Amino acid sequence: MPGLISPGDEQKLRDAFAEMTRNVRLLFVTQTLGCETCLQTRQILDELPALSDRIAVEEVNLILEGDRARELGIDRAPGIAVLYEDEAGVRHDPRIRFMGTPAGYEFISLVQAVLLAGGRPPTLSEESVKRLAAVDKPIVMQVFTTPT
Amino acid sequence: MAFASPHVTAIAVEATEFPDLVRRYRVSGVPKTVVNDRVEILGALPEPAYIEQALSAASPENEPDPSRQS
Repeated sequence: MPGLISPGDEQKLRDAFAEMTRNVRLLFVTQTLGCETCLQTRQILDELPALSDRIAVEEVNLILEGDRARELGIDRAPGIAVLYEDEAGVRHDPRIRFMGTPAGYEFISLVQAVLLAGGRPPTLSEESVKRLAAVDKPIVMQVFTTPT
Repeated sequence: MAFASPHVTAIAVEATEFPDLVRRYRVSGVPKTVVNDRVEILGALPEPAYIEQALSAASPENEPDPSRQS
């Protein structure tokens, strides 16, 4: 089956991912039955490890591993949690989630999240970083988008 | 934002795949950001305004009223 990403875009992604300094783990919450878009999501995610040794995909079955999915705060499929590992191999969860198929613009957002988790400095202004550092209560942001 | 604060969780929701969430949060256009189930940010805003509105969800006047909890 031909890849979902064009050869030109593949090279651009390879170059971007080559800057990563940390390993990124994409925890893919899926279910075998009753999920129309889980297979497509898996196909999209499978494109990424082929472009960088630092990226791996791990499946979490929503039904069989419900506790693990709940720990990630994901209660439906397809869902993706973007985690990274420090130099000691310890996993960190920067609380970035994708619900639904990361196609179209969402794919670009996923790539940005992978790069951030992989060690790219955030693009926020110094002022924004300062304001966010002062947050002391939970803030859960759900951003609704469409693929086009 | 989630990287800049351990208290922030960022969830991108593909609206067409979750019509129940679209109904629950009355999403009629994208992008729409719902913060702590209370504050709604419509469209794409400049970064300072977006952060201002997002952080307002954690301010006391936007705390849920315990007497109205379902």
